[in-house]
Amino acid sequence: MSQIAGKNHPAVRNHIRKSRADKTFDWIIYTIAVLMTLLALYPMYFIVIASISDPNQVAQGNVLLWPKGLSLDGYKHLFSMGNLWTGYLNTVLYSLVGTLIMLVVNIPVAYALSRRDLVGRGLFTFFFIFPMFFGGGLIPTFIILNNTFHMVDTFLVMVLPFSVISYYIVVSRTFFQTSLPAELWDAAQIDGCGNLRYFFTVVLPLSKAILAVIALWAAVGHWNSYFNAMIYLRTPSKYPLQLVMRNILINNEMAASAMTGSAAADINRKANLIKYCAIVVSSLPIMTMYPFVQKYFNQGVMIGALKG
Amino acid sequence: MQHARMTGGSSVWERIRRNWGLYLLMVPAIAIFICFTYMPMYGVIIAFKDFRPAQGIWGSRWVGLKYFERYFDSYMFTNTIINTLVISLYTLVVTFPLPILLALMCNQMYAKRFKKVFQVSTYLPHFISTVVMCGMIIMFLSPSSGVIPRILGIAGIKMGDLMGNANAFSSIYVWSEVWQHVGWDSIMYIAALSSVDPQLYEAAEVDGANKWQKILAIDIPMLVPTMVTLFILRCGSLLGVGFEKVYLLQNDLNIAKSEIISTYLYKMGLKSNQYSYSAAIGLFNNVVNFVILILVNQISKSIGDTSLF
Repeated sequence: MSQIAGKNHPAVRNHIRKSRADKTFDWIIYTIAVLMTLLALYPMYFIVIASISDPNQVAQGNVLLWPKGLSLDGYKHLFSMGNLWTGYLNTVLYSLVGTLIMLVVNIPVAYALSRRDLVGRGLFTFFFIFPMFFGGGLIPTFIILNNTFHMVDTFLVMVLPFSVISYYIVVSRTFFQTSLPAELWDAAQIDGCGNLRYFFTVVLPLSKAILAVIALWAAVGHWNSYFNAMIYLRTPSKYPLQLVMRNILINNEMAASAMTGSAAADINRKANLIKYCAIVVSSLPIMTMYPFVQKYFNQGVMIGALKG
Repeated sequence: MQHARMTGGSSVWERIRRNWGLYLLMVPAIAIFICFTYMPMYGVIIAFKDFRPAQGIWGSRWVGLKYFERYFDSYMFTNTIINTLVISLYTLVVTFPLPILLALMCNQMYAKRFKKVFQVSTYLPHFISTVVMCGMIIMFLSPSSGVIPRILGIAGIKMGDLMGNANAFSSIYVWSEVWQHVGWDSIMYIAALSSVDPQLYEAAEVDGANKWQKILAIDIPMLVPTMVTLFILRCGSLLGVGFEKVYLLQNDLNIAKSEIISTYLYKMGLKSNQYSYSAAIGLFNNVVNFVILILVNQISKSIGDTSLF
């Protein structure tokens, strides 16, 4: 009915003109899209409802669409696990310091490489890009860090050695090349402004978008990584969240230790409950933050796409 | 060189001196890269030596190709190469085209709000950490308590213990990869499609093209450069299947199909301290990757005009 009423509206006219094939096409696309959205969200939704349900109901397969036998026991138990919170704190520290270092080392290089009047630009660019395609590998890197720099099991090893990221440099360099007009630097020079002052007082304030992109990428990278910690840390009190999570989720640390005296099946159920809760707690910061900052992530990928 | 001499040797120095601030900006990153990235590249010579920590990298005895031969002769050589290739080719064949399809699909959605919800929810899994992802896979597939066997059970499908089935390993790896990253990987293609001139579509409509024809004639050609670039990059890491996820998903039952070059190298190097042997495997792996990258890049350069360098 409303279609007839608004017949002259351009969108409606367009709609009427659509061929039958195009309509079928639309139906197929939207159906697939709805299914994919559900498929993407359901596993995460399931983790959340399983974490607040009665573990016996979960084990019997009764918890599929909504929580059953609401209880916060899993979270209560989680709060009493000291190592998870030490890991949380460590990760916050590594992420903050590590992200700061990444900004401090990568952004200035990207700016310098974006300047066409830099003598040796090609050589420096090669120096920073080559490691994207070739590297010494795990063992030589370990030996250098262990035997030459004695950095194994230190705070520094988590934030410094791997802070130069070729990809971040490439993306930020593209940003500087495309968003800063060359006349700006010419004008600043006439006013007697040097490179350093220009970088800190003109370039940085104009580049908040790329700073946000790199900071977010770096922070998520630090938050989610376990590999470097597994290779280079020895003391459990220095472990980041993801390494603690590995012990809980993959190595089944709790099932063996925390609940002695119960039947095996019971232990297994409770261990699973704690796993669901641990997943929620460890992923919460990024998952809740993401929808609000997602435009920066997309922006970053798109800047990178301009010239891969 | 010629040019520099003609304009006077001092002018280059003059230009360097004038921009000293730019060089200063690069100092921290250069120092870090030399210490922690380029020094390990030098350290890779231990692959040709009998590395003893007390004697240092340079002081250790040269042994030529001993450790390479040991790897090529060991039964783990074919085993790890085949497993690595199976997983990486399977990943490439599945995860390369799917983001393109997704982007083409996304480009056809005109309901703005729906499109937004669709994009945000398909990007979201990308931010799950590898550890949590592997924990989820193991829990979800558990035959006794997993949610996937439960749901399939409702539909009457019986599923065995997939994590304990070596032949299922590559599929578990690849399809969980699809679930986690297909949305995110489509962003670049969506970006490329957003730069299509709307006049092209209008012209095609005037010619009576339907949606399908517009996709074939306008959208796909638009994506080719991005596809080629990403494809070359992917080929360059063909033997570099992510260590992190495979290592976490490994167990005693699937190890026959899940031991790849990087996990084997890690176990040899850092668990049994066979530094030189492990460095040799790593170097072999990196050289092969590098050669494939250069080859594919050259081929692409000679066929079309897209190349990385």
